[in-house]
Amino acid sequence: MSNIAIEFENVGKMYRLGRVGTGTLSHDLNRWWTTNILRKEDPYLKIGETNDRSKKGHSDYVWALHDISFKVEQGDVVGIIGKNGAGKSTLLKLLSRITSPTTGSIRYQGRIASLLEVGTGFHPEMTGRENIYMNGSIMGMTKKEITRKLDEIVDFAGVERYLDTPVKRYSSGMTVRLGFAVAAFLEPEILVVDEVLTVGDAEFQKKAIGKMKDVSQGSGRTVLFVSHNMASVRTLCNQGVVLKNGCVDYIGTADKCVDYYTEQSLMSGDSFDFANRNTSHKRAFISGFDFTDELGNAQTSFSFSDTLSCKLTVQSKEDFNVTARITLFDVNHSRVMAFDSQDVSSVFPVKKGSESVITCKVHEPLNIKPGRYSVNVSVRQGNELLDHIENVSYIDVKEEDFYGYGRFSVGDMPICLRHHTWAI
Amino acid sequence: MRITEIKPYKKWFDIDLKGLWRYRDLYYMYVRRDIVTQYKQTILGPLWYVIQPLFTTIMYMFVFGGLAGISTDGAPQPLFYMAGIVLWGYFSQCFNVSSDVFGANANVFGKVYFPRLVVPLSGITSNLLKMLIQLGMFIIIYVYYAMTLPAGTLRVDISLLLFPVLIFLIAMHGMSWGLIISSMTTKYRDMKFLIQFGIQLFMYATPVIYPLSAAPEKYRDIIALNPLTPIFEAFKYSCLGCGTLDWSGLLYSTVFMCITLFLSVLVFSRTERNFMDTV
Repeated sequence: MSNIAIEFENVGKMYRLGRVGTGTLSHDLNRWWTTNILRKEDPYLKIGETNDRSKKGHSDYVWALHDISFKVEQGDVVGIIGKNGAGKSTLLKLLSRITSPTTGSIRYQGRIASLLEVGTGFHPEMTGRENIYMNGSIMGMTKKEITRKLDEIVDFAGVERYLDTPVKRYSSGMTVRLGFAVAAFLEPEILVVDEVLTVGDAEFQKKAIGKMKDVSQGSGRTVLFVSHNMASVRTLCNQGVVLKNGCVDYIGTADKCVDYYTEQSLMSGDSFDFANRNTSHKRAFISGFDFTDELGNAQTSFSFSDTLSCKLTVQSKEDFNVTARITLFDVNHSRVMAFDSQDVSSVFPVKKGSESVITCKVHEPLNIKPGRYSVNVSVRQGNELLDHIENVSYIDVKEEDFYGYGRFSVGDMPICLRHHTWAI
Repeated sequence: MRITEIKPYKKWFDIDLKGLWRYRDLYYMYVRRDIVTQYKQTILGPLWYVIQPLFTTIMYMFVFGGLAGISTDGAPQPLFYMAGIVLWGYFSQCFNVSSDVFGANANVFGKVYFPRLVVPLSGITSNLLKMLIQLGMFIIIYVYYAMTLPAGTLRVDISLLLFPVLIFLIAMHGMSWGLIISSMTTKYRDMKFLIQFGIQLFMYATPVIYPLSAAPEKYRDIIALNPLTPIFEAFKYSCLGCGTLDWSGLLYSTVFMCITLFLSVLVFSRTERNFMDTV
């Protein structure tokens, strides 16, 4: 494994759901009996189900990770993406040896440092300086190493003034800065990062991302990066792995992975289940949403030149004067368009116990980059949010010849497309 | 570069001593942290180390020496009780930090890997310091009695040189019993409740507040089975002139310690791999 920094081979991790009690004791005894006395396979390993947190399962055991196999080359920055509960953190936990896998094996070269949560082992009563030493040694540095890098660490964290003050007097941002600074100067061969960048101010985030880039590009270290922020995965990573329900769903370059993942997550929104929604606690709620063509028929596929129309159904248990808002997001979850009836002074009275259909018609053609766009919809009365649904639906903008010169645009198109002419 | 392999089941015997050595600085940091942070924002500070055994001694003098009239074998009561309390205190501290190591450190253990054995080892070291401070108080009172009592009442025996060995034995007994308990209680916590008062009761099965010679004949053999008995007796023999110096008993205690220590580290290093899932 000369070039391979990390190798996962059929790695699986099973967890037991529910509480520990007398039930688990009987399972434990049964497992002990079959594996140690009868010398057979663990009876509960087989019945584990794949991990879909939203669906009810039949088994008490669940595979948080199942059959994970992939290799990471030295110097790669790998983004690991997936929904909540897809197994990202479990994967990092196995890698950083916090818990061990149920099946399979992981091999890696060199020292691993994980930023699963920065500032581990910080003691509030100890000063910043003492905590740098404490935290550094927990991460596997020797005292000498820390002393040598102390100035750099303090400088990077930007907490020089507070160095001899107990950490309990620090702001939470300062604590994170200090923790990240220690970790950043660890110089491990493999760095594992789990969404630490979400804390800290913009200046520090920039610094941290720069440091991670240095780490990977300058010195050829390997970085595993778990994030929900697709933009930072795109900028930081060159490779990617998409996890879904504990299995590897897609492996490829970071860009491809992000595209794949965002498309997947938009897809899952196409069948928003209005029927199985719990609306008992809502005083008014959205009970239907569709994009439509000019005749009012539901439609999700549009051309550049089409104008967008939609209708939403609102059911109410009281009398309200509602406004509605529709927001379109692109694959990077940036807002592309928003239509708020309040902006155009449209307020709709809905009657108690009634079902009202509100329609919206956009006057100008779409003229946006082909691809899929997801939609959030909400209804309010004044400033009060009555109901709100994310990813309620989507539109596909068809891949067509926008400019009409027989050329399909290739490569990365901008979001806004406009017809134009040139002259000399 | 070092290649590490992580597998579900490791060998039957696999104790990461090399890893432990690599993390020796962490051990030092933990010891320091325990000492520095324990009495922060208190006025009396480390004096609390001394106050606890002092008051316990006075209480024991009243209850066991006065009310119950248990013999101290000719030794002055304060010295006799304090000797027992300081040693027993150290044993129970070692036991407690080790038996609660997974529970008390779950948040750190859940984020970073390092050889978990660092924590109990540093715990018994920082408590050693505490014990030495208490021992200082014992020596002061000892000197006072040596000067006021008629000469020859208190004599120091050459076997006092064994003292470091006795302390080591106590620490290792405490730690290895604690580690076994800690491994047993990560998933099922029932044992914890048993142990909390069990260890208090166990003090009465050890010659802490009474000399072995004062125990009824029929119980003496049972008390001698307790591997802590020869240690307490030897200490009292070496400086108070009561008790016995039982070489075979000390040998028994040492062998017992080696076996439990080995077993405990074995069980512990098996548990540390997966305890996060069940704790």
